[in-house]
Amino acid sequence: MKNALAKYRKWSWYEATARERIAALLDSGSFTEFIGPEKREISPHLVLFDLPEAFDDGIIVGRGMVQSRQVLLAAQEGRFMGGTFGEVHGAKLVGLLRYARDDQDAPRVVLLLLDTGGVRLQEANVGELAVSEIIRAVLEARMAGVTVIAMIGGRAGCFGGGGIIAGCCSRIVISEQGRTSVSGPEVIETNMGVEEFDSRDRPLVWRTTGGKTRRLLGGADAYAEDSIDSFRDAAFSLLDRIPAFELDTVEKEHARLAQRLEKFGQCHDAPEIWKAMGIAEPDGIADLSDEVFNQIAQAQKEANHDAR
Amino acid sequence: MEKLQIHQKAARRASGGKSHGITGVVASGNLEVLLERVLDGTECEVNIKTSVEGFDAVWRAVINDFIERHSPGGLRISINDGGARPDTVSLRLAQGVRLMEADR
Amino acid sequence: MMLDNLLNVLFPASHDTQVEKEGILYGTARYGQGKTAAVVGLVNRTPLGVEGALSLASHVLEVIRHSPGRPIAVLIDAQSQRMRRRDEMLGLNEYLAHLTKCFVLAGQLGHRTVGILFGSAAAGAFIATGLVQDMLAAVPGGEPVVMDLPSIARVTKLPQDRLEALSKETPVFAPGLAHATPIGAVAEIWNDGDLATKLAMALDGLPGAPDRRDEIGAERKGRLKAAAVAKRVAQEATALADGERQRMPCTDR
Repeated sequence: MKNALAKYRKWSWYEATARERIAALLDSGSFTEFIGPEKREISPHLVLFDLPEAFDDGIIVGRGMVQSRQVLLAAQEGRFMGGTFGEVHGAKLVGLLRYARDDQDAPRVVLLLLDTGGVRLQEANVGELAVSEIIRAVLEARMAGVTVIAMIGGRAGCFGGGGIIAGCCSRIVISEQGRTSVSGPEVIETNMGVEEFDSRDRPLVWRTTGGKTRRLLGGADAYAEDSIDSFRDAAFSLLDRIPAFELDTVEKEHARLAQRLEKFGQCHDAPEIWKAMGIAEPDGIADLSDEVFNQIAQAQKEANHDAR
Repeated sequence: MEKLQIHQKAARRASGGKSHGITGVVASGNLEVLLERVLDGTECEVNIKTSVEGFDAVWRAVINDFIERHSPGGLRISINDGGARPDTVSLRLAQGVRLMEADR
Repeated sequence: MMLDNLLNVLFPASHDTQVEKEGILYGTARYGQGKTAAVVGLVNRTPLGVEGALSLASHVLEVIRHSPGRPIAVLIDAQSQRMRRRDEMLGLNEYLAHLTKCFVLAGQLGHRTVGILFGSAAAGAFIATGLVQDMLAAVPGGEPVVMDLPSIARVTKLPQDRLEALSKETPVFAPGLAHATPIGAVAEIWNDGDLATKLAMALDGLPGAPDRRDEIGAERKGRLKAAAVAKRVAQEATALADGERQRMPCTDR
């Protein structure tokens, strides 16, 4: 029983730790970590708050192979401080992206395993600044011909600055468990009241921020089951249609976002959007199996575009 | 935060070829364990940084037991602890040694 | 400083702007020796939602389409992103990312972007309108915020007076210009002197210049690790690749 559980943990993207995701995602033994935990490049700020540090400050960056193809990779550990961006955490990702941008011999694909509640409040200013530097580095890497793929499906979701970073990537892969938004549901509830957003209404949270919603609206480009294999397949299925970061793409994105607002801006809840999209049973989306849902998503105009 | 350091000789050197390894996550009720094959002979060193104070004796007992059971000679073990229970600590330490005893 | 006053001080020769729905400012102004700048912004302490982000983005795209080389001044007195379930449902993260991309693209296509923070700006709104620019300056009244101190106290479960005391020792978490500048987020504070001249110099700067804020943070001693860590990652990646190249059999290289 224990072995079965261990195997499940090994293969579920949601249950896995960042290091387990890397081990299962990449070709066996192919990963070289940059500034590994033995280098002890820890946060210099957590000690002020009497908080425990992590040897890798909650993010692992490095290079490896997927199906014999070289990739650069960054994986956030959502369980450490909510996978939040701190000074060192952010800088590791900035360094990786700038390397991809600057070195034409570097791998042309960067996988961003985002698992983050946003900026680490104990390091709020430098974390937020790191998010801005990461955004700049992602876009510059894209301009240099690098593909940056966001992969979202962990415990912490992809919130705050992480959600904005995801929106700047070439492509986004998400699972049902993945959630993306800018303000977290609890923050909206605290600031605007429970009538605005009941953060304890889990189905509501998922209808608002969850992977199926994102996929159908065109806020994610591929939908994965909650397994490492599925995430790998979904990411690689996108590789032959990567939008360039240039004026034409940004104009197209502007048009699709304007259209989304026009068509669905009056909707109060996701099922109204699905109904307006012409989906047969809008109230049943949450209960659909991944396979059936994927088929529906592939057929939706809004969900499949090159405008990112 | 409380710091604790334990030096002890193990019965044998830890086998395997890995120079360093890490297991676990720093979170509430959890811990990460970094292992480095950097010491001579059967020396073993365990450095603990923990957010929960006052459990010195428990740590010493758990580490003692671990060293006797698993003989991690030659290893420097560093722990960042988020308040894990003793059985979780034992589990992670055992996982860590297994990791180090792998070939590569 | 109020918006009208600020516009007069920054553009004494002339300016022609208006504020439309969602607190979106747009227009043009004369600066320096008879040059024209585009002026956009998020003003009247307005939160940034999907409509506002799209509207502001459309003005930036207009400049790119019709005014080659024209620099863009971005005036900011906002709140955070708009906190509504409906905005998040519609994908606010994509709208903010889109706006961010428009500004970065503008810089890459030769439009120097200069942010002028004259009021508040928080979180996602700060990222998409302030931190994204080629250069971010602030005038008195500017207040960059990631999260207000009472909220940080609540989330971190620390008493507020302890946080206030801590914020005197480090610039890394508390709101305010006094912290944003040493870490490299704000390039300059225009406290006194001729704001119009300072702005003119800023607008004439290099568009799409490399992001050196981590190095500036190190120079100013407000952010000691970021630049070094980023460099180190690149060095290790390069060393790995170099090591492999050396081990490869000789080719005709």
